[in-house]
Amino acid sequence: MIRRSLFAVLAGLVLTGGIVTSLAGVAAQDATPAAEPFKVGFVYVGPVGDLGWTYAHDQGRLALEEGFPGIETGFQENVPENPADAERVIRQFAQDGFDVIFTTSFGYMDPTINVAQDFPDTTFIHISGFKTADNVGTGFGKIEEPRFVSGQVAGAMTETNQIGYVAAFPIPEVIRGINAFTLGVREVNPEATVQVVWTNTWFDPAKERAAAEALLDGGADVIAQHQDTAGPQQAAEDRGLYSVGYNADMASLAPDAVLTSAIWNWGPFYSDVVQQVMDGAWESSQYWGSWQDGVVDMAPVAEFVPEEIRAAAAEEVARFKSGEETIYTIFTGPLLDQSGEERVAAGQAMTDEELLSMDWFVEGVDGDIPT
Amino acid sequence: MSDFLTPTFVISVLAAAVAAGTAILFACLGELITERAGVLNLGIEGIMLMGALAGAGGCIWSGSAWVGAGAALLAGAAMAAIHALLCVGLRANQVVSGLALTIFGTGLSAFLGRDIVGMPPPSSFRRIDIPFLAEIPILGRILFQQSALVYVSIALVVFLWWYIFRTRAGLRLRAIGERPEAADAMGVDVARLRALYVVMGGALAGLGGAALSLGTNPGWTEGMTAGRGWIAVALVIFAAWNPARAAAGAYLFGGVEAGQFRLQTAGVDLSPFFLSMLPYLFTILVLVLSTREATRRALGAPAALGRAYMREDRG
Repeated sequence: MIRRSLFAVLAGLVLTGGIVTSLAGVAAQDATPAAEPFKVGFVYVGPVGDLGWTYAHDQGRLALEEGFPGIETGFQENVPENPADAERVIRQFAQDGFDVIFTTSFGYMDPTINVAQDFPDTTFIHISGFKTADNVGTGFGKIEEPRFVSGQVAGAMTETNQIGYVAAFPIPEVIRGINAFTLGVREVNPEATVQVVWTNTWFDPAKERAAAEALLDGGADVIAQHQDTAGPQQAAEDRGLYSVGYNADMASLAPDAVLTSAIWNWGPFYSDVVQQVMDGAWESSQYWGSWQDGVVDMAPVAEFVPEEIRAAAAEEVARFKSGEETIYTIFTGPLLDQSGEERVAAGQAMTDEELLSMDWFVEGVDGDIPT
Repeated sequence: MSDFLTPTFVISVLAAAVAAGTAILFACLGELITERAGVLNLGIEGIMLMGALAGAGGCIWSGSAWVGAGAALLAGAAMAAIHALLCVGLRANQVVSGLALTIFGTGLSAFLGRDIVGMPPPSSFRRIDIPFLAEIPILGRILFQQSALVYVSIALVVFLWWYIFRTRAGLRLRAIGERPEAADAMGVDVARLRALYVVMGGALAGLGGAALSLGTNPGWTEGMTAGRGWIAVALVIFAAWNPARAAAGAYLFGGVEAGQFRLQTAGVDLSPFFLSMLPYLFTILVLVLSTREATRRALGAPAALGRAYMREDRG
């Protein structure tokens, strides 16, 4: 639970103390080297209190602390994604002797690679990117799987057959999520459409709320989102309508609106990496974990949702957890795009490469991808 | 292009504009009376965050949104008191003190708020339709089907306009911002009055924070103002230090914020990047226009704005 800045002060004190004791040791000729604790650092793009993306990562950090009582963790919040700031912060962690450093936003990709070149003995894990090195691995999760199931719940609950989706930026990760959600919606309710608005921000609760209100005014009665705050949920709550949360279980901020949330569960992945590094068994890889692996999950479906819908969702969840269904079964043809053109042939599953670069909406999405 | 510009669409945008602009309006009015008194406070963003935290915290503690709003006023006043002490009492550099206050408020609110993140306040300011007035066509939907805080903010605009331009106390307020030495000669205690208006301005900015944490986005989230404090500071210049124009500016900003998404849902082929940029472009434009001394005079900037007052100092 050490704040990064506080940590720097502490590190300074420890260092000073260390010099003093080692001098004393030289004098006494019986210095015993103290075991240096295993240290894990985290670089966050937002505040840990966002109840969103960064909050979910910090929950993973706390799970790590719980699972490995001997280790020390440190983090720095609100680190801008520009190369100068990000590289400075990451480099500082490396210089301070952190053994494993998790950089948890897409924009930290190149800074992570750059710093890693200078610290070959440190292990770096970059979340959501695609560049690796001998000491840099990547990590991400197939959040599309719980999004698909949450889409089924939303599709079953909508009465106007119009579902709104507040989305941050038109990048493949977000587009894939919208498509998975829409395929879930239309599997149970082929009449329903998903209307998308772009906010061009990850974090602005009031703006995200305004976006959701525009969708609600347009006739939507369920609001889904790909943002870092619960602003869209609160708009739905005020209107007495429904919403689907993201990142963390958002039911606490909008208890009467949130049907369920697609959530991140970073603890197991972080623990695996740390264990492997401790054992000297870690090797660089591109980790893209599934629901079965436990890196993503879905929050409990709200009590006010009719029993048969909850039961159907529970069965679907079980199929994903067992690996019977996956992101590949979601994105198996026939898949049509918005214009009705067939993009994926019947029986054919999309490849990782196709999924990771997705730049088109499936049929049923109402909205444009700005270019 | 014309099928979306229906009366219903326009009215819904305007109603959303008022709702979205209210938090900025409170902060803007707070900065306005501060600057009228000759003090620049760039700490509005930090003060709003502390107000947002105090609002949510006060409401969770007491169960009442009004108590939360009171706590936000107090938190804002306490933060601004630091600025008053430094800039009026010790005549420190107002820009530096204000910037420090923003950094301080951002960090302190994050630190103090850790335990109530994601906790919904037991009550919040929801929409209340004012009987009779809400029935007025068009205007009723835009102005009188809002939350209690919106009504408070509208009343405040009217009151401040009257106070600044029509009362003796308002004349003294303007005097200490225009010509503190003249006010001093008249027997006005410049330092005391300036400190008072800085603190009151901070209280309003704090209430602006609560308009988020108890209004549009109930609950505390770190950094939830997302830059609105800065926009409020810029809007004061756009408003030419006039409360009525401040309301127009705040609603214009709210309108762009709310309108851009409605244009998107209406399928208007305008880049969302362009639309998102509009409020900021507009802020920059206003700032650029107002940097010229001549423009500033024309706009009616308080002549002593940003200058500490020291008796007998002829600088």
